Amino acid sequence: MSDAAWETLSNQAVAVAGVVYFLALLAYVVEWSGLRRVPAVSESAVAGASVGGSVAVATGGPAPATPLPQRSAMFERLGLLLTAIACGFHGVALLARGLAADPNRVPWGNMYEFTLAGTFFVTLIFLVLYRRFQLSWLGPIVVSFVLALLMVAVLWLYDPVAPLTEALNSPWLVIHVVSAVLATGAFTLGGFTSVLYLVKDRRPDATTGYVARLPQPATLDQISYRLHAFGFPVWTFAVLITGPIWAHQAWSSYWNWDPKEVWAFITWVVYAAYLHARATAGWKGRKAAWLALVGVATLWFNFIGVNYFSTTSQHSYAAPAVVGRVALSDSPGGESLTSQG
Amino acid sequence: MTTLPTDPGFQETPERRPPDLGFRELLRWAWRQLTSMRTALVLLLLLALAAIPGSVIPQEGVDSLKTSQWQDAHPTLTPVYERLGLFSVYDSPWFSAIYLLLMVSLVGCILPRTAVYWRALRAAPPRAPRNLSRLPQHTAYSTQEEPEVVLARAREVLRGRRYRLATDPGGGDSVAAERGYLREAGNLLFHVSVLIVLVGFAVGSLFGYKGGVIVVVGNGFANNLTQYDDFSPGSLFDPARMEPFSFTIDDFDVEWVTEGRAQGMARSFVSHLTYQTSPDAAPQRYDLKVNHPLTVGGTDVFLIGHGYAPVITVRDGNGEVAYSGPTIFLPQDKSFLSFGVVKAPDAEPTQIGLEGLFYPTYLKVDGDPVNVMGDLKNPTLSMLAYTGDLGLDDGKPQSVYVLDKSRATRLVKPDGSMFRVDLQPGQTIQLPEGAGSVSFDGVERWNRIQISRTPGKYVALLGVVLALLGLLGSLFIRPRRIWVRARPGEEGTLVEVGGLDRSEGGDLAAVLAGIVTALREGEGQKVDVHE
Repeated sequence: MSDAAWETLSNQAVAVAGVVYFLALLAYVVEWSGLRRVPAVSESAVAGASVGGSVAVATGGPAPATPLPQRSAMFERLGLLLTAIACGFHGVALLARGLAADPNRVPWGNMYEFTLAGTFFVTLIFLVLYRRFQLSWLGPIVVSFVLALLMVAVLWLYDPVAPLTEALNSPWLVIHVVSAVLATGAFTLGGFTSVLYLVKDRRPDATTGYVARLPQPATLDQISYRLHAFGFPVWTFAVLITGPIWAHQAWSSYWNWDPKEVWAFITWVVYAAYLHARATAGWKGRKAAWLALVGVATLWFNFIGVNYFSTTSQHSYAAPAVVGRVALSDSPGGESLTSQG
Repeated sequence: MTTLPTDPGFQETPERRPPDLGFRELLRWAWRQLTSMRTALVLLLLLALAAIPGSVIPQEGVDSLKTSQWQDAHPTLTPVYERLGLFSVYDSPWFSAIYLLLMVSLVGCILPRTAVYWRALRAAPPRAPRNLSRLPQHTAYSTQEEPEVVLARAREVLRGRRYRLATDPGGGDSVAAERGYLREAGNLLFHVSVLIVLVGFAVGSLFGYKGGVIVVVGNGFANNLTQYDDFSPGSLFDPARMEPFSFTIDDFDVEWVTEGRAQGMARSFVSHLTYQTSPDAAPQRYDLKVNHPLTVGGTDVFLIGHGYAPVITVRDGNGEVAYSGPTIFLPQDKSFLSFGVVKAPDAEPTQIGLEGLFYPTYLKVDGDPVNVMGDLKNPTLSMLAYTGDLGLDDGKPQSVYVLDKSRATRLVKPDGSMFRVDLQPGQTIQLPEGAGSVSFDGVERWNRIQISRTPGKYVALLGVVLALLGLLGSLFIRPRRIWVRARPGEEGTLVEVGGLDRSEGGDLAAVLAGIVTALREGEGQKVDVHE
């Protein structure tokens, strides 16, 4: 296949993925609307029911005790299936994007591709953890989020395939960006569970509707913690190990206080505070959830915002070239070879 | 960074303020406040907050050009910001204060915790609580086996799962086990590593330096202070310790993409160097590329930019050469449309200045000049000429890339219309009013080379790697206590299993279930009771 054909395939796969995500969202909407008036049995009732076993209770299984009405159960499975299919197309889009470039490369060379990759990882992590954490309640949120970001990517961030700029041409592009995007996915899902925790915590006694079927606050808190505990070391690896090594190779110093670096550091500090607070101050629940939300806000601001608000960032692939460095000093930058991700 | 010391004396004090005590006690109180968990958290969040201004306001050390532009544009804010250190946030006293306090807090936490950990390491797992069913996680079953058999098997199962058992069960009816001692070690390692990173970082910024120079291809560079265009040393940097290497840029290759979507884009840049590690050393060759720095001893040499240097000769009104040589033009965009300045202060009768653009591939589209791509397909100079006082004589330092036109006049054609120096290589143009002539002799290239020495970088790297290891340990090793009690009950032997997770995120219930399964599966098999 020619490069142009791969690129067309990528664009079509994004479109198909978008449509299927939308269908998945519809399936979830049908599922949850069907449950609107069906009372959910609270977990404490389940606990009483399982004899002899605080063992069975405290596994944190958020599964509602009563089986879902058949229609809802079917749409839940349908939603999950569609999400998985959409994720498949999403992956194809990403792969084709990489194959469309000459020479072939990893598909994250500009904002469009980053957003494509980031959202792909969000869905992927969701699907991988679906069974383990019984995440059926997270489906509608993940799908809407991914769908919205894909739209943003296609409408505003789209860039035709182009070869990598010189500075991006390094094996560290793979290691650094994969770890950063993976951590971003985990933190984003952690952010969702934190929001849902806050919602559930406010109305723990709801008996019908979406909130009633969320897991107990303690379980949400636990899932949120686990996602963050996974994301944080990965983020540390991305931001404080591979980032500086690459920065040293490309820009001559391993820490430049570049805005992107500063915000990655801020995110790191906030999540460090989050884990620290949980570990030693016993800040579970609300305070921890708010900290996690601050963290996810800094994370996404860094991912998208910094590119637009800061013009000094060397990470700024969104800024229009490196214009305007008309020298007013004796230390010109020259045409920078080294803008990178 | 440490758990809040629970001094009973303090809890009785209704308000959190220093009690009316002597100086020593005051110090003690201050130390406790500083090393308290809450303070550490506040300091961490403050650090995050304090880092924000540096990403919004241009920083002196990051982009001095941008900073001076910003300062010119905001004359009222600049003095205020300057006083607050907002143009170099990361060296400012208040930023330093936060992280230094954080470090003190860190040390104040590591020391006592290490002591506590040392004692905990050598302590036996605590004995089983009297009532295991009061534990948040517990389970029980009945069996026909003798209690001693069950307990012996429990010891075996727990040891197999790498639990430490209480050395002296005391002949009681229970087994106590504990695991996950390394979690705290990971935790401590993480905190110590943060200090290591800081030391590495500090060494780098105190003793290191970073400098840049533009070298025209064909020319050389020797590593001493006078040769740099810009140089920012650490505060304890000693120029005598600069490594005495030198290099010459023999050739520079750019590969231009001539077809496809990326047409006009430059693909790979290679600077072919010949370098010597010291004046007496044998010359060696190196191909310098982006992402592939040349390392000489502890110093790294980077290729970070390139551009064109048209060779321009200016003759004055008397026909004497007033200026000649490759002139560095600075690229304005990705197509390498470049801006440059020529100053001929010694020209007679008046000084001559030129300012304008260089088009590597010039094309006229609808009467407008356009630069098509960065390759030298149709190199063209297009500059305006000035005569008069270029402001070079009053001794004020001036950028070589800026022409001071405040006291100079632009040359126009005799009929008053626009005069431009439009030249292609080999051409010469006469300036109006007999001011002289300008020749465009050819085009050379330049490379912008960044040179830096960052001692301590491997210390910092080691620190971060250790921190990550410690972090993994402190997040994923789960300290856990398990107790198994077996005693005669109504239906044979009642076996109770209880546990306590000392960290969160674990699935203790599943662990207990697994232990019970292992105990029951072993039923009927022989166990050495007198172990």
